[in-house]
Amino acid sequence: MSRETVLHKVRTALGRSVGQPIEEPPPVRLRIPEIDIEVRIASFRTRIEALAGKTHAARSVEDALEYTTGIIAGRIAVASNAPILRECGITALPGVRTGVTDRDELRALCAAAAVGITGADYALADTGTLVLLSSRREARMISLLPPVYIAVVKRECLLTGLDELLAVLPRPAEQTSSMVLITGPSRTADIEQILVRGVHGPGEIHVVVV
Amino acid sequence: MSTLFDEKIHDTLADPKLQLAIYKATGRLIEERRKAIEPDICPDYQELRTQANAVKRHTIEHLDYYLEEFARNVEAHGGKVIFCRDAEEVSDFVLSLAKERRAELIVKSKSMTTEEIDLNERLEHHHLESVETDLGEYIIQLAHERPYHIVAPALHKTREQVADLLTGKLGVPRETVIEKQTMIARAVLREKFLAADIGISGANFLVADSGAVVLVENEGNARLTTSAPKIHIAVAGIEKLIPRAQDLAVFLKLLGRSATGQWLTVYTSFLSGPRRKDEIDGPEEFYVVLLDNGRTKVLADREKRQSLYCIRCGACLNHCPVYRKIGGHSFPWVYSGPIGAILTPQFLGVRHEPGLPFASSLCGACAEVCPVKIDIPQILLDLRSEVKKAETREGTNRLERLAFRVWAWVMRHPRIYEVAGMAAAALAPSGDGGWVRSVPVSAGPLRAWLSQRDLPSVAPKSFRQMWRER
Repeated sequence: MSRETVLHKVRTALGRSVGQPIEEPPPVRLRIPEIDIEVRIASFRTRIEALAGKTHAARSVEDALEYTTGIIAGRIAVASNAPILRECGITALPGVRTGVTDRDELRALCAAAAVGITGADYALADTGTLVLLSSRREARMISLLPPVYIAVVKRECLLTGLDELLAVLPRPAEQTSSMVLITGPSRTADIEQILVRGVHGPGEIHVVVV
Repeated sequence: MSTLFDEKIHDTLADPKLQLAIYKATGRLIEERRKAIEPDICPDYQELRTQANAVKRHTIEHLDYYLEEFARNVEAHGGKVIFCRDAEEVSDFVLSLAKERRAELIVKSKSMTTEEIDLNERLEHHHLESVETDLGEYIIQLAHERPYHIVAPALHKTREQVADLLTGKLGVPRETVIEKQTMIARAVLREKFLAADIGISGANFLVADSGAVVLVENEGNARLTTSAPKIHIAVAGIEKLIPRAQDLAVFLKLLGRSATGQWLTVYTSFLSGPRRKDEIDGPEEFYVVLLDNGRTKVLADREKRQSLYCIRCGACLNHCPVYRKIGGHSFPWVYSGPIGAILTPQFLGVRHEPGLPFASSLCGACAEVCPVKIDIPQILLDLRSEVKKAETREGTNRLERLAFRVWAWVMRHPRIYEVAGMAAAALAPSGDGGWVRSVPVSAGPLRAWLSQRDLPSVAPKSFRQMWRER
């Protein structure tokens, strides 16, 4: 519609011409510290717990399954198609629906479920953040609609922080239409600055590190 | 100063409850920010600001290039980019798309840009339901008000007022417990999300090398808005560009910290195009509306174009002694506080609210906390000068000009200056303990001046007299 008009106005305002090359942008600033994996896990857990999330360091896949079973507590759950969930046996639990590939079916299921369970592509140690890329394995709704959210993270997915994530994934859009960073439970403080968790997304978040 | 601006300021100053609410809320945000940038928590905070400023400067100086790169990449991922000159073009686009797709319900996530163009009202005028889904925005939409603060739109509302709104507008039993009020809103809005045909979001950043829209939030409503309906439209100002996804390492750290003291907000979404072939969910259609609406006018001013670096964190509002007294609704446009005081005259013209650039003590707190280092006080000074020039052109400040001419003439004539000084000393009202606090009604403009300020009494002897007698 007004593409050329707006671009023309921008160029005129800046005194630039069509196709004029640009100066070199300032160099990218990424700082990636070297931090031992155990320290990363400890920091990751501390940060999530500071945001009222729960964490569990599982010694084995059996341990992860046991912990997750306890959280689900017989309620209706939706699990993503992440391989780690199958490896842990979570997708085989009674009451856990998985393998859904239809958009509308998945949405309806998530809207009715009490618990959503996903893996994570990466996790950020310094902020306690989960990183999920939308794919055939991970859907957007599972970590969003059910009031309780469980993420199962492989320890080798733990990066030091945002800088390392963007070094590993310099252009996330080449892989996915949606990359989401999740840092703690959904929250608001819009009325009198009183903190309330679970306003639109899950108010309860559990992270299992395997 | 216009009467309306003046009136709103006085209303806010006269409301002790509101004064306390603004003071507490901004005070808390100040404290949260301070904790999040402490040297042991964020040792490179100042370096991040310097980098953010350099990246924004570079992007704005080459904006045409990055807009084209962004549009190319959005289209490469199956999305569409629509450039709009003004509010009307945005609503025309949304309306025609809604008509084609037979859409009836729109969910919205918080966006100052759509507030700027009154998008909800424009859509509702054409019988489209457009629901705000951020809790604070939902509340002020129910109240038919403008956001009170860039990041805390319902900062001025008490739980009792929210209870009245929910009961009055939704017909639910009166509820004053904030947790329960939040759950009422959650339930109502959940239905809307699942039924909506279109989701409209803003954008915190537009990433040129990825064709991506980046959104930060805490509630999850932006994720729902951009993922649940079949159509996602992001509406953003053309200044929101950053060159590379990797620049987010700087901006995301600064934005959360400056706004609410969060190291990262709960959700950061990096969205590019509709859902891909093998993805399970996400929208089928993805549009980015790039809005000018006066931004190219700002861009044309070499000095003041830095106003467009703003990432809407709201830190300058929280730290501004003027905002903290007069509140968000005293400001004449959607953008309040120091950033509003520099954006409004540039977008709407300096004559829109000529008092605005003067409503500042120029203390510099805004510039000190700005994560992208916008020199707000300097821009305020430039705007003051523009207001005065405009008034001179229009002849609206005749009295002031005359006064300064007389003053200048007197200053050039030492004898007359001395006589005038003695006359002033003899005529001036005697001070109350060294200060003149009021003058008789007849003193005209001086009376208005003294309604806000005290003057020192005129000394019995002038400096020149004392010099001669030494």
